Amino acid sequence: MSLLEIKNLTVEFGSIEKPFRAVDAVNLRLDEGEVLGIVGESGSGKSVSALATMGLIEFPGRVRAEELKFQGRDLLRINDKQRRSITGADIAMIFQEPMTSLNPCFTVGYQIIETLKVHQPDTRKQMKARAVELLEQVGIPDPVPRLKLFPHQLSGGMSQRVMIAIAIACNPRLLIADEPTTALDVTIQAQIMDLLLELQEKSKMGMVLISHDLALIAEAAGQVVVMYAGQVVEIGTAEELFYTPKHPYTAALINSLPEHAKGKKRLDSLAGVVPGMYDRPSGCLLNPRCQYATDRCRNEEPELKGPLKRQVKCHTPLGE
Amino acid sequence: MNGQSSKIPVLEVKHLNRYYTVKKGLFEKATVKAVNNINFQLEAGKTLAVVGESGCGKSTLAKVLTMIDEPTSGEIFFDGQNLLDCSAEERKALRQKVQIIFQDPYGSLNPRKKLGTIIGEPLKINTTLSGPERKKRVQAMMAKVGLRPEFFDRYPHMFSGGQRQRIAVARALMLNPKIVIADEPVSALDVSIQAQVLNLLMDLQDELGLAYVFISHDLSVVEHIANDVIVMYLGQIVEYGNTKTIFSNPRHPYTQALLASTPKIDRTKRQKIRLSGEIPSPLQLPEGCPFQSRCVHSESLCSNQRPELESFDQRKVACLRIKEISDTLQ
Repeated sequence: MSLLEIKNLTVEFGSIEKPFRAVDAVNLRLDEGEVLGIVGESGSGKSVSALATMGLIEFPGRVRAEELKFQGRDLLRINDKQRRSITGADIAMIFQEPMTSLNPCFTVGYQIIETLKVHQPDTRKQMKARAVELLEQVGIPDPVPRLKLFPHQLSGGMSQRVMIAIAIACNPRLLIADEPTTALDVTIQAQIMDLLLELQEKSKMGMVLISHDLALIAEAAGQVVVMYAGQVVEIGTAEELFYTPKHPYTAALINSLPEHAKGKKRLDSLAGVVPGMYDRPSGCLLNPRCQYATDRCRNEEPELKGPLKRQVKCHTPLGE
Repeated sequence: MNGQSSKIPVLEVKHLNRYYTVKKGLFEKATVKAVNNINFQLEAGKTLAVVGESGCGKSTLAKVLTMIDEPTSGEIFFDGQNLLDCSAEERKALRQKVQIIFQDPYGSLNPRKKLGTIIGEPLKINTTLSGPERKKRVQAMMAKVGLRPEFFDRYPHMFSGGQRQRIAVARALMLNPKIVIADEPVSALDVSIQAQVLNLLMDLQDELGLAYVFISHDLSVVEHIANDVIVMYLGQIVEYGNTKTIFSNPRHPYTQALLASTPKIDRTKRQKIRLSGEIPSPLQLPEGCPFQSRCVHSESLCSNQRPELESFDQRKVACLRIKEISDTLQ
């Protein structure tokens, strides 16, 4: 049994007649102790899929899925109370902007204890001791006086460490990290990534790592999913994906990195932008930007095919 | 480095300082040395990158160079003319030669103005051209940066991030500047769009002979686009030299850590050096070397004496123990 199994996840916004599909028939699988990377440009539906898994899509948005199973339980088919007991405890999430995701009105200690109070209530003394222990675990020196600090008294890296402490407070089995280091400097980013991977390894939890930074994903993740305009376009191990990409979009993303332009001056770029709500092309969503597009691509939407761990959504995959 | 050629640099900065005084309690005041004793030269058609983490003074440097902010002391020469000796009139003329592109294209364009007005505004303020003449120039510039002519009457919200950054580039180039200060021009953009904008900047440089001061925290972009690079830490230059020299063999411990912290797709390339701790507050800089608290090589010497930028191995490095460190590494 997989830790997380998502089948045909679709998230729609807007009116019923003319919905906008932010996430379109996405399938994801994740086992215990695995790190799954999700990459894509802004607007590709990475964050919305994560929020849907957490149950954080609010009313006008509609979440549908054939299956959204966590440890064998379908999250969309249990009642709200049961679901709330799982999210925050067994599934936890770290958000992109540490500075804005902490509540400025409460101390760090209060916000850590809040999670414990909901999911693992204990005496106040015990919970405080646990909060101190958590801050120590995420590498904050001198944790006891730090419990009394407010978020504005912390730096970006420190705030993200506190966010991580809150996320791991109840020993989650699945941690969703949505661009955990995007707002941070590179040296701090390296520290935070090391910390996350170390915690993941130690507790053997599953982790979904969402980022637009291809290199970061390449270094941290085992299995990688590439998303474009709400759809999964390619799945494979980090090694396969980054060294022998099969989808033209993945290949174009990698080639547009300055790191790959050694020896030539101009960078390979992908013309155009991710299609928005009103300019979705028919057929393959990449066809207006794809240099290999044929008439078939313009009319017929390709399917995601291939063995379970190496799939491509393209009529004419590269290297085949 | 730049000094070897005989050309007059288009931009030269000597002993540039910018200090801010901030209140610390009721009566006490503290000084933040945002830019501290910076020296560099930039030739026409070349790109100088300034890299460093947030709070290291990159953006303050951009503000001082574009005359948005006054330096506390030091000298800035544009084409050999000292900026700080100039009269108000002369400065106005010089200002046209130095333009800036800001980081966030969503914040730097006025949402109530049409594209044509935004790009034409520098001409309206600084020249006596008539309306139709201005329009002609704006349209020529729009074609040059890859914006379609029908965009002239559209508002900024109708454009994507990459197109907005093209608008910002067009506006910066309207007065035919010699120097363009680009303050993180691509950090708000996606990788595929980032490549488009970087290509545009490089094409324009070849065509117009522009000199760029390219401020960025993204080292892979810098490695690709810059001729020379300055690494800053807490307001000071810690390493300065040719991009290839520095990226292939960084000498200052901070540069080494910075390069080692940048993720690369090719996993084997990177050695792991991890910095402990974070940037100290600029309000209470330690005595001696500003980097000592995070440096793996620091010794008692480092907390007593402030390192100066000195020539070492075809570049300039500010480190007291640079010789010992590189000896142990070899």
